[in-house]
Amino acid sequence: MIEAKGLRKSFQTRRRRKTAVVEAVAGVDLKVAEGEIFGFLGPNGAGKTTTLRMFATLLSPDDGEARVAGADLRTEPARVRRSIGYVAQGGGTWDDVTARQELVLQARMHGIGKAAAQERAAAALEAFNLTEYGDRNCKTYSGGQRRRVDIALGVIHQPKVLFLDEPTSGLDPQSRAHMWDLVRKLRDEGMTVFLTTHYLDEADALCDRIAIIDHGEVVAEDTPDALKRAISGDVVTVGLTGTAQKAAELLTGQPYLRSVEARDDDELRLTVEAGQTAIPQVMRTLEGAGIELSTIELHRPTLDDVFLTKTGRSLRES
Amino acid sequence: MKVSRDVWIVFQRHLLLMVRSPLWVFLGVAQPVVYMALFAPLLKPALSSLDNGSMAAAYRIYIPGMLVALALGGGLYVGFGLLAELSSGVIERARVTPISRIALLLGRALRDVVTLAIQAAIIILLSLPLGLFVHVGDLLLAYALLALISLTSSAISYGIALKISNAGVLGQVINNLAQPLMLLSGTLLPLALAPLWLRRVADWNPFSWAVSGMRALFAGHAADAVVWQSIVIMAGIAVLTLAWSARLFTRSVR
Repeated sequence: MIEAKGLRKSFQTRRRRKTAVVEAVAGVDLKVAEGEIFGFLGPNGAGKTTTLRMFATLLSPDDGEARVAGADLRTEPARVRRSIGYVAQGGGTWDDVTARQELVLQARMHGIGKAAAQERAAAALEAFNLTEYGDRNCKTYSGGQRRRVDIALGVIHQPKVLFLDEPTSGLDPQSRAHMWDLVRKLRDEGMTVFLTTHYLDEADALCDRIAIIDHGEVVAEDTPDALKRAISGDVVTVGLTGTAQKAAELLTGQPYLRSVEARDDDELRLTVEAGQTAIPQVMRTLEGAGIELSTIELHRPTLDDVFLTKTGRSLRES
Repeated sequence: MKVSRDVWIVFQRHLLLMVRSPLWVFLGVAQPVVYMALFAPLLKPALSSLDNGSMAAAYRIYIPGMLVALALGGGLYVGFGLLAELSSGVIERARVTPISRIALLLGRALRDVVTLAIQAAIIILLSLPLGLFVHVGDLLLAYALLALISLTSSAISYGIALKISNAGVLGQVINNLAQPLMLLSGTLLPLALAPLWLRRVADWNPFSWAVSGMRALFAGHAADAVVWQSIVIMAGIAVLTLAWSARLFTRSVR
């Protein structure tokens, strides 16, 4: 449904009369299949929104090719627009009109006739649980209600692909869960959903497949489970007191170890084949060399571990 | 006709927004009304050389000029509304739909014409008891001229707002543009009182022609050459500025 090859975009920034070129998206390749929820996971400033805006025809790529719903992004943006819906991070409604009026307008902007637009608006209010507030001005809505209006606006013309920029950013946990259900429902009805997120749990729980983006490049793309499995084995975190470097050198080359990495002076992150058997061996090796362990922890790999492995940083920190 | 349908859709929405917060329409009239009450009386002695020196005559010269000032000044500030819409995301929402880009401009500009028509009506009604008198036919021509001025100033303002996204800078640019255009069109004081060189410079200002045309219409001289001349000049300028602004819209709103 979406296919991108070498998509690039850079911006010029001017600071103190010097112009600098910032490469926001540095060659993105990805494929999104029909009817899946595809998540674009990365820290703020990684190029997620820029990529999304290129797919939504709001920015023209500097280089590369992409097809969205069968239409070429560069040469047929008008055809792309007919089959996509787009919901910006901040939404986009007027304060002093009602959700119903917004829905009718949006349908009409998509070329739908007046009577049909009114029917669609009523149906959308129903489907998105908004009938109760549908005739109140948009400025009176709560964050969750507003977000539902935004999504309803994005799908009023029944697009093949829906682009969502940080759909749950700033929502309370309950509204967030509600939003996930909504997105799943849209997928189950056959829509392809492409969303950006910087929440690990959202990428993990909601998305069928994800691409991890960092510094404008896709560093991994697969299902969340496969990505986690690719790290294979378990992650063991060892807490030390200032001796992490030494401990890392000591452990390097041990047969049960896949990788070892000292993070700061007090923490060692090991990826191992099997945690249960590795822990006693790690403890023996380190204590044999007189290094004292303060904590030792075993956990199954998370997407943050995937991110860490691919970029050397934790998503939580960046 | 897809474009005219799209223009209608955008126009309807902005009309709705105007009805929802009508305060702006009336705030826009407040300044001209204050001028009418406090500034026009000062004109009586100044204008006595031009007409019979009565208060009614002063208003007959002053009101048409002020209506042009309202159309020009009010219109030049509509760009701020566009800036707000750009940052609220409603423009972006429209951009992802197949709606005509020119309609996004024309629908807004036509709403601005309606706003001005209401404001002009208020001012004209308020000045009737002061001795202003105008024939219905002349009034319709005056309205046509005002609509052309309003389209021009709105188109200029939207175009500049698309180029300058900083509200503070936009304000300065608009002020610097509005001031010479106003002063060189004799909206407040007729240029007939100006020295010759100033009048020659003003001849190059289309809004100066518009003011002369309006004054002729309010004086009941619809047959004056300046009436059709001003309408032709303003129509040409309106088409040019709308084309310029529409091009910016289609390009930056791709």
